[in-house]
Amino acid sequence: MSKVYRSHILVCGGTGCSSSGSVKIQEEFERQLKEKGLDNEVKVVPTGCFGLCALGPIIIIYPEGAFYSMVQVSDIEEIVEEHIIKGRMVKRLLYEETVEKEDNIKSLNEVDFYKKQLRIALRNCGVINPEDIEEYIAVDGYQALGKVLTEMTPEQVIDIVKASGLRGRGGAGFSTGMKWMFTANAQGDQKYVACNADEGDPGAFMDRSILEGDPHTIIEAMAIAAYAVGANKGFIYIRAEYPIAVKRLQIAIDQAKKEGLLGDNIFGTDFCFDLELRLGAGAFVCGEETALMNSIEGKRGEPRPRPPFPAVKGLFAKPTLLNNVETYANIPVIINNGPEWFSAIGTEKSKGTKVFALGGKIKHTGLVEVPMGTTLREIIEEVGGGIPNGKKFKAAQTGGPSGGCIPAHLIDTPIDYDSLMSIGSMMGSGGLIVMDEDNCMVDIAKFFLEFTVDESCGKCSPCRIGTKRLYEILEKITSGKGTLKDLENLEDLCISIKESALCGLGQTAPNPILSTLRYFKDEYIAHVVDKKCPAGVCKALLSYIIIADKCKGCSACSRKCPVGAISGEIKKPYVIDQDKCIKCGVCMETCKFDSIVVE
Amino acid sequence: MKSLAELQEIRNKVLNQVNLRKEREDGVRIVVGMATCGIAAGARPVLNAFMAEVEKRNLVNVTVAQTGCIGMCRLEPIVEVYMPGEEKVTYVNMTEDKVARIITEHIINQKPVAEFTIGAAE
Repeated sequence: MSKVYRSHILVCGGTGCSSSGSVKIQEEFERQLKEKGLDNEVKVVPTGCFGLCALGPIIIIYPEGAFYSMVQVSDIEEIVEEHIIKGRMVKRLLYEETVEKEDNIKSLNEVDFYKKQLRIALRNCGVINPEDIEEYIAVDGYQALGKVLTEMTPEQVIDIVKASGLRGRGGAGFSTGMKWMFTANAQGDQKYVACNADEGDPGAFMDRSILEGDPHTIIEAMAIAAYAVGANKGFIYIRAEYPIAVKRLQIAIDQAKKEGLLGDNIFGTDFCFDLELRLGAGAFVCGEETALMNSIEGKRGEPRPRPPFPAVKGLFAKPTLLNNVETYANIPVIINNGPEWFSAIGTEKSKGTKVFALGGKIKHTGLVEVPMGTTLREIIEEVGGGIPNGKKFKAAQTGGPSGGCIPAHLIDTPIDYDSLMSIGSMMGSGGLIVMDEDNCMVDIAKFFLEFTVDESCGKCSPCRIGTKRLYEILEKITSGKGTLKDLENLEDLCISIKESALCGLGQTAPNPILSTLRYFKDEYIAHVVDKKCPAGVCKALLSYIIIADKCKGCSACSRKCPVGAISGEIKKPYVIDQDKCIKCGVCMETCKFDSIVVE
Repeated sequence: MKSLAELQEIRNKVLNQVNLRKEREDGVRIVVGMATCGIAAGARPVLNAFMAEVEKRNLVNVTVAQTGCIGMCRLEPIVEVYMPGEEKVTYVNMTEDKVARIITEHIINQKPVAEFTIGAAE
């Protein structure tokens, strides 16, 4: 019998909250509880991500379920004195949306941010202590593995995964069950399973949060997969830039080995499975499956042509099953609850849920999981809390450097693999960057191209040279030197690269350009014909102008201008010398009479 | 790990830890008044005794919590028991010795200990 505590203080230990000081908060709680002799009654539990990263550091105190946000070390004494000792919640620190009239608190599930969410892959994040295997077992952990090993044949396991309709969460959306079947059917004396935890899209952190908050679920799922396809060895390829995830995974692997959930004769059967971590150095291309396998083998992280597909000839030229973290996270629940339960969630062709990392111009930056088919509007306006500062929604970018932009008029598009594909974007791994009217779409396309130019491995010329040329054309357009012919060239080159690049990185690299060209062509035209940037982002196309009627001639702007571009006589309108102006905007901030405008 | 039964054993051992963090409507709540008046009258040993008893009997559906002043400081330590679908029962002048009986008779066998309740004291 384990010790009973009357209260649990859950402190988020994900990367988001850790970087805003949650580790210190945890230590301070432990210190204060000890000092007051409460450490026998109240337990402090570090957990994974709760999702509302914008409000971190977050703590939740049970049994009340009080959700405290933006907690500082200096607040802890008050929380201990008031909440823990006297049972009075510290209202000023409660997440405002949970506070109801008459001091009651709402259940978290009723708060806008969580109401529309359905947490399957994230089911244990923020609920259990990821460094304690017993807590994972308490929430039905390793039940699915036990059931699979003792009651089912590998074929039955594959049938369940197939029937669930689960598709790969890494981006391409290939049927997981089919992938398992191909690997199971492949001939080979030795087979491998691998987990792609090389999350590289800018702004995406779904996989990291799962690994940090619930590492055992990945271990369990990989063992199930290994049994289904006939492998006895697994690799998790994770980037070294995720130190907390690496540490927790290693702890989880060690604990699982100690409990005999990894190793020989698991659950008293003939099944043996061993798991190893492989750290990646952070190259984007290593998230591509063939490059990832080269990297695990110790070779240079460059893709190789497919076919042969990994299911036939993967790691060390043996049949290999490679799935993404989030895909694996769904497996144990599918086994426990049955494929019918899973396939009842979502849309006809996209089953289950999808985790998104919300970022950009949105109130609730953080991690959300919604059923497939939820519309973009619901995610942005309801779950995400809308666009801050009263600005207007302009577009959402999904799928990172491989994806595209969804414009405002398509905001009611249901989010699933096929709907996104049909409007020229893609699900991708789940980064969702929200943009408002202050974002220039040409500049956004340039940002992603700069990323792919940097990350191109250089093996094939369409990607190595082509993305560079694309970037140069965009550079030309944003600096006001573009022509209509450039727009044509841009589109032609995009299509050629898509058709000729070796791997997914190159084939999808032009997507940000193609989708912005498709939906925001007027902005491109404004850049090349009118030489204007409508959003006011591209510096070369801006000019700061003093409106003579409004200018009082106070000289404040002239004194602040770092390059001496503003001149004039006191009490008469001043003038900005456009040749000297570096467009820093200091004059506009300085002017008290709003007489300086950007055009 | 040799069998599912072994896994189940670990699960049962830690279940009530994690259960505390679930939002549940069906659980029993034992709430101890822990304002200054309650603490001064000896509420803390009572709270600890409840926790020890819950732990000893491995009651997975029971939470022990604390609350502030209920307003009848002269009757402290006061303990309220909430069972699903039942009126709350208020025990007054609580001591450690009374805890075991409340757990066995009221929490486990659903029969409140009338002589410890506020009705008997007034």
